Amino acid sequence: MVKEIDCRGLNCPQPVINTKKALDEISTGRITTIVDNPVAHKNVSLFARNSGHQVEDKEENGVFYISITKGSGENPPSEQTETEQTLPVAAQKPVYLISSNCFGQGSPDLGTVLMKSLMLTLAESDPAPGALIFLNTGVYLAAEGSDVLPYLSKLSERGTSIMACGTCLDYYQLREKLAAGQISNMYEINSKLTGSSKVITVS
Amino acid sequence: MGPEALSQVLRQLPVLDHPNLLVGLETSDDAAVYKLNGSTAIINTVDFFTPIVDDPYLFGQIAATNALSDIYAMGGQPLLALNIACFPSCLPKEMLAQILRGGADKVMEAEAIIAGGHTIEDDEPKYGLAVTGLVHPDKVTSNSNARTDNLLVLTKPLGTGIINTAIKGGLASDEVIRQASHSMCELNKEAARIMNNTGARACTDITGFGLMGHAAEMAEASNVSLEIWSEEVPLLPGTLDMASMGMIPAGAYNNQTYLQGKTKFSGQIKAELQLAFFDPQTSGGLLISIPEGKADILMQGMNDAGIAHAAVIGKVKQRKSHLIEIV
Repeated sequence: MVKEIDCRGLNCPQPVINTKKALDEISTGRITTIVDNPVAHKNVSLFARNSGHQVEDKEENGVFYISITKGSGENPPSEQTETEQTLPVAAQKPVYLISSNCFGQGSPDLGTVLMKSLMLTLAESDPAPGALIFLNTGVYLAAEGSDVLPYLSKLSERGTSIMACGTCLDYYQLREKLAAGQISNMYEINSKLTGSSKVITVS
Repeated sequence: MGPEALSQVLRQLPVLDHPNLLVGLETSDDAAVYKLNGSTAIINTVDFFTPIVDDPYLFGQIAATNALSDIYAMGGQPLLALNIACFPSCLPKEMLAQILRGGADKVMEAEAIIAGGHTIEDDEPKYGLAVTGLVHPDKVTSNSNARTDNLLVLTKPLGTGIINTAIKGGLASDEVIRQASHSMCELNKEAARIMNNTGARACTDITGFGLMGHAAEMAEASNVSLEIWSEEVPLLPGTLDMASMGMIPAGAYNNQTYLQGKTKFSGQIKAELQLAFFDPQTSGGLLISIPEGKADILMQGMNDAGIAHAAVIGKVKQRKSHLIEIV
């Protein structure tokens, strides 16, 4: 059952807010937001795409149906009937929170080698991670000059969303040098972390 | 009203050609300028809108700052202001008093006086001013005076439309709201004083049509093209974050549609940043076209006066296929 968020007759920003609330309530699944003006259509799509969700939309007689898939798109267990199988934990896509450009404490040189090795491993892993979130010095990995960019682009092709903390990019003056993924904010990062059942912190 | 709809309406009005009307409708300027004699011209302008913040006193300040700005954008000094207010009978009168007090405080700060006004009952509150100012007829900073190789200076950061949308949606943090409010009720008085002292001849203020819309009006009126350096344009904190969450006001899309074919984005400029350039501003800054040799003096003056966000954001070029090119 796809939940419908009927926002006909509402002006911005309300359709975005209603969509956000509905997405916040589920960790994975699909909703359809219905709007009747082009501005709301653009803004809801912009919001959903930038939040790392999959978006499909269609228009019928001036009414827009925006179908948004969060996570794997499977309905959460509470919404499923008893006969349906819930997704086994092992098959859920992990989210990696990467808060340093080095893996582990100790020699920075070793940390750099280990991080590169981790990224290579992730790029080949099955299933691919749901998301990589780069925070603090981790944002260097997604910026120009990073030697893991080929792995990030492979992950991106495999559907992993790559998010870099905007505040961190600004702090290290890397905003204009971001070479992989999208700039994100703490709100989105937090919803990604709380919305996933499997978060792995790499620091 | 959006620029497209407005131009359709204004097209139907007769063009008035009077020798003393120095600035009228045709150059899309911020205010009308009428020459009284060789040393004095009067500037007339009117602006009012619905509340964008909950605090009535702050709303009054912002609306008055916005209305006074048109006088500054023409190079003039405000002299007299009249209140224009609409107010529902069901709301407490104290609220209207606070709106008017906010406006009066800003008019006083502008060294002008409020000489009266007019209030009517309406379903939704609205407030603004009709302002009369004075300027020397030879020192009008019109839209039509931008010259090739001039540099462009913007005196306030962009983003108030996006942030006001985020405030309505409850997504803006206190700090983001504080900085946007501060920017919206900062008079363009000091910026204009420095501009006038430096001898700039072309200026407009950035309001409802966004940076792109008002820059395009300047380019059109001066028969030039403007090159805007996207990385140099100052933005209010939170603008891009809020834009990426879909907090884009309808006005930004209207401006973008209206200016299609007149603006060109070169290179990789993110969609959110592009939309910020079309974002309708409330009480925005001045966009000043200044000869290259005087730009340093202008910027030094801005820094000394604490106008911290002022930045050189582009250059005037010979007329090309597009009015504005953003690089």
